[in-house]
Amino acid sequence: MNLLSVDPLYNHGVTGIVILIVLIKVLVGFAAIMGAVTLMIWFERKAISDMQSRIGPQRWGPFGILQTLADGIKLFFKEDLIPAEADRFVFKLAPYLTLVPALITFSIVPIGGTLNIGGHRVMLQIANPPMGILIMLAMSGISVYGVMLAGWASGSKYPLISSVRASAQMISYEAALGMTIVTVILVTGSLSTHDIVTSQAHGIWHWNLIRLGLIPFGVFLIAITAELGRPPFDVVEADSELVGGYATEYSSIRFALFYLAEFMNTITMSAIIVTLFFGGPAGWIPPVSHLRWVFPILWFLVKTTGFAFCYIWFRAALPRFRYDQVMDLGWKRLIPLSLGWMLIVAGFLIAPAWGLVMAALVLLASVFLSRAFQLGHGREIGPDSVLAPVGRRPLPGDVLRRMTDEGEA
Amino acid sequence: MAKHLDFFAGFKLTFQHLTRPRVTVSYPQAKRPKQPRQHGRHVLNRYEDGMEKCIGCELCAGVCPAKCIYVRGLDNPPDHPVSPGERYGYIYEINYLRCIHCDLCVEACPTQAITESKLFEFSFTNRSDAIYTRAELLVDDQGFPKRLPWEDWREGEAAMTGGWMRATSPSGAAAYEGVVQWTGDLGVGVRAAEAGQNEGRDDEATGTKSLRRAFAKHLQPDDVPRDLRGLAGKINELKAKLPKRPRSAP
Repeated sequence: MNLLSVDPLYNHGVTGIVILIVLIKVLVGFAAIMGAVTLMIWFERKAISDMQSRIGPQRWGPFGILQTLADGIKLFFKEDLIPAEADRFVFKLAPYLTLVPALITFSIVPIGGTLNIGGHRVMLQIANPPMGILIMLAMSGISVYGVMLAGWASGSKYPLISSVRASAQMISYEAALGMTIVTVILVTGSLSTHDIVTSQAHGIWHWNLIRLGLIPFGVFLIAITAELGRPPFDVVEADSELVGGYATEYSSIRFALFYLAEFMNTITMSAIIVTLFFGGPAGWIPPVSHLRWVFPILWFLVKTTGFAFCYIWFRAALPRFRYDQVMDLGWKRLIPLSLGWMLIVAGFLIAPAWGLVMAALVLLASVFLSRAFQLGHGREIGPDSVLAPVGRRPLPGDVLRRMTDEGEA
Repeated sequence: MAKHLDFFAGFKLTFQHLTRPRVTVSYPQAKRPKQPRQHGRHVLNRYEDGMEKCIGCELCAGVCPAKCIYVRGLDNPPDHPVSPGERYGYIYEINYLRCIHCDLCVEACPTQAITESKLFEFSFTNRSDAIYTRAELLVDDQGFPKRLPWEDWREGEAAMTGGWMRATSPSGAAAYEGVVQWTGDLGVGVRAAEAGQNEGRDDEATGTKSLRRAFAKHLQPDDVPRDLRGLAGKINELKAKLPKRPRSAP
């Protein structure tokens, strides 16, 4: 399949006007996501303060809406420090490795229907590549490098621990994430986000949320929250344990880039959830003759804002997971669950009988798995095991005697 | 099953908080109501006839743990006495760089000459301003504290100085808690008694606003003031919100 053949914009060849339209789309998309990020940061701070009975930002602009702008200007003019032990090139590279994937991921999100501009059919999404949703997985894979390299290049211990945690967490949740996406791809029959959205366009009962059963959506929501490193999965930036996480040594505009990327990812992932499970821009359009293309965009915005609010709500309501709990949830719960559900969905797509067989097999496997977990949980870890926590390991007899008896003498 | 639903209790609680009143106060513009016995800047009181209450006994200076009070007494001049006693405090200085606002001076004072106002926001910019002299501490002819340029007086902070500021009742017995007593302060006279820790305190009469009323929505049910509980509380709340009918001018 040709790269250009997916987008109807290129049907009549790539002319000057087409390039202009693409450039305008890119610019508008960039401006929109930047504006959305500033609003998102403001919205998060305002909503979380409301939930904690505080006031939140209030000084700049009405309801403090310009607070992010003020923070950005402040960060821009602060001193840019690079630690002496840092690997300077990688240290400078890392923020861009997190920011650019965040920007690219947004480009595949369809935010509206199709427009007719001067005989050209323009899709309201920056790009519609045939590999579609895989770009999101690829980009989240690359953004792990940003975090990892940032922690490593800082030449400091806490960022390093943070980046190790981040890479482990993101990689383990990416598996569950990928398998839920596979279920979506299975029912759609296409990787392209545009096709995923159009296949859900015929009403709420066609949304993947309902069509796939609620499980893939639940798994996706949890996995994506962990992938973003947002609370309650923010062990990466656990303030009380790791100071500021991988961004501890960063200051000035480089820190702002990390911050920007984090919130941009939050918005983008909300948009991806909406695209995959909630029909994207699909929704009721009032019977008007003009400006019908505005309503899908509005629907998209409403749904995305709803999920953005959900993330904030998670942060307000849930305490942070311990690191081993994060790993447990990822490997022992979400991955088997998404894998099993994917098999069941695949079975039902072939024939109902196959689906039932698959369901029975998955049920059987889950019984075995839970028994295995039970056995593993009840396993005794001896004092010599490397897995035994250091604090609980009993001291050897002679050491204990030296500490107690000779100490007094 | 109910135990699993507990997981969502946090979500419910945080969502409910969206509509609850904010605890934060925009500080310089608005201030939280002050507690009835807020320890602030001292005042030296006078009797209703204008005589100073201080008799220069130096008990306050003696009891002060921060050693921030300096008092010197002098015999009253026979032709124009300053205080009704034998002596008066002719030098009275409090160094606010040292004062810890413990109020032990207020407890020690035999004539209730020194009490504390509710003002704590005063930011002097040099050391000589930090030492308040007798002239600055004495109340004026109406019985109100003098307002110095670096002090941020708000409504109600000056009006509530007086003998009942003491933690112990004037006669030293807890039995007198809540009993109206004559303070003899200039411009004050008889004032409603502050009723200690019990439920029957009359905040309206003593002019204090309680934090418990301001943040009733955030309290445990038992701690909510009686008249704000339940259905009656809802009605009272609505009543308070209604605009007061303006009195026609006579």
